[in-house]
Amino acid sequence: MSTQPIIRVRDLAREYRMGVETVRALNGVDIEIFPNEYVAIMGPSGSGKSTMMNMIGCLDTPTAGEYWLAGHEVSTMSDDELARVRNAEIGFVFQTFNLLPRASALHNVELPLIYAGVKSSVRRTRAEEALARVGLADRMHHKPNELSGGQRQRVAIARALVNDPSILLADEPTGNLDSVTSEEIMTVFATLHRQGQTVIMVTHEPDIAEHAHRVITLKDGKVHSDELRRAA
Amino acid sequence: MQYWEAIRLALQTIWTNKMKTAFSVVGVFIGVMFLIAVVSIVEGMNRYMTDRFAGTLLGVNTLHLRRFPNFETGETTRETWLSWIRRPRITVDDAEAVIAGLSIHHVAAWESASRAELEYRGLVARDIEVIAASDRYFDIKGMAIEEGRAFSAQEVQGGAPVLVLGNDLAKRLFEGIDPLGREVKIRGIPYRVIGVVERQGNLFGISLDKFVVTTAMSPAKRFVNPPGAIDALLVKTASQGELQQAISETEAIMRTRRHLRPRDEDNFAIETADAVLDFWAKINQVLMLALPMLVGISLVVGGIVIMNIMLMSVTERTREIGIRKSLGARRRDILHQFLVESATTSTVGAAAGVGTGLLLAKIIESISPLPASVAPWSIVLGVGVGAGVGIIAGIYPASRAARLDPIDAMRQE
Repeated sequence: MSTQPIIRVRDLAREYRMGVETVRALNGVDIEIFPNEYVAIMGPSGSGKSTMMNMIGCLDTPTAGEYWLAGHEVSTMSDDELARVRNAEIGFVFQTFNLLPRASALHNVELPLIYAGVKSSVRRTRAEEALARVGLADRMHHKPNELSGGQRQRVAIARALVNDPSILLADEPTGNLDSVTSEEIMTVFATLHRQGQTVIMVTHEPDIAEHAHRVITLKDGKVHSDELRRAA
Repeated sequence: MQYWEAIRLALQTIWTNKMKTAFSVVGVFIGVMFLIAVVSIVEGMNRYMTDRFAGTLLGVNTLHLRRFPNFETGETTRETWLSWIRRPRITVDDAEAVIAGLSIHHVAAWESASRAELEYRGLVARDIEVIAASDRYFDIKGMAIEEGRAFSAQEVQGGAPVLVLGNDLAKRLFEGIDPLGREVKIRGIPYRVIGVVERQGNLFGISLDKFVVTTAMSPAKRFVNPPGAIDALLVKTASQGELQQAISETEAIMRTRRHLRPRDEDNFAIETADAVLDFWAKINQVLMLALPMLVGISLVVGGIVIMNIMLMSVTERTREIGIRKSLGARRRDILHQFLVESATTSTVGAAAGVGTGLLLAKIIESISPLPASVAPWSIVLGVGVGAGVGIIAGIYPASRAARLDPIDAMRQE
């Protein structure tokens, strides 16, 4: 395992104000994740795992604590700086795919590169390569509604990979897929992990979490357990 | 994100939402269309008035001394009219006195006109303007002789029964034959055709080529005016400045001849092309003042419509905005995206407005006597205003989109 952690979370807290009440979604979380780990974050509803996912994904900022991602202190960043980090360091895979419905698979995959300011000719080649990596070389010009659920999720994975991010962050990646397709997607994740990609997956399904090498369980906004399943 | 990228994206969005775009730009479209159409017509009128109307009817640097104005710009009351027709007529003697008295170099001619029938071997042309004029008339009017010649000073002196034909008239009366040397009859008296004037075209749809010009002292003098009287003395100078001097000298000479006391008003009229142009300038001013207001109103309405459609679009595409933000779009990327979309939409509407406006101007030109002339600045203004309205209308929706929280935005279905 590498010496420097890619993610270091110290005493992380996130409070939400709901009317007069203050809800503590995260209440002092400490996690370190190293390059090329395959981590599943689990927990029941209300455990704070969605909040954790938003924190790791730089979509939200903590109310207290520190978050270091690939050497940047993310917890104090502005909106636009966070956007930069999301663009460069994080590849998202969502439960609902979150593809732009009117754009082709290729254009969807190109999006992160557009915001990275990559030239259009380079962009196209890289997007094509990413789609080829997930086995969709022949579906590049299809729109999301012309693709199956599994194919859509592959497009999303290609999009997540195209910017060569530090972490692949998946939020219930198989939540909208049948079991066969779920296995297919898990195979893709395993392959990516084998190729050196750091994968973090948020899920509430134990059999999906099974694929990860390390499972962190959250409960009531705290780390409940953190165990290695297999050799990473 | 580069601008051309944003524009391409905007055009894509516009293309996929053709109907919505069409509705959202109706206001801008109509505003710009009217701007272009009205400006084209006003420009056309402008050109027409300066180049043709004033030049043709009154002549450049030319004054007309008349009993009363031929072109009256305001409303003429019955009293004014009655006082006008009580005025003494301008006479040949008046004309000669003015010509002799003017200190500056000039060309002068006098004219009297009436309407009559023209007959050639049983062929009759009715309601023809018969002008009895002196020899320099053609020079002052800028009428070139296409065939034959104009009459000379000697022929005017001697009252030679010769005439020069207007172009249309020559074509109609002498279809296929050479009119030169033929005899036509006006009120039973024969005149010899010695020339044909070059085509003068038409003015607001009225032909300017149905006339004959005969010598001032020819038999026609008997019916165009009472003995010794003329309709107008025409004096042409080399420049505007000289024309002004000619006007004041003519006025002075006439006042002396008519024994007017200092308090008396002129009992004659001196007209120049400027008078007509002044009148036109006034209309023009009113139009140009009313136009921005009319166009402005439709543009404001158009802007509000675009703003609302953009707000709707932001709401509809909240999820898209969330996705884009999660992938690294910064606030300003989203802001630009929507601003460019709004500006592009509006510009497309404005461009369509420019096209339709030009078409409308052409249609108006072809079905009415109003001329049209496209002012390039109006096209630039139209498109510019379109883009401007789009940007202004887009600011609020775009900043709303830019401020959206990515988590909330992606949660939206």
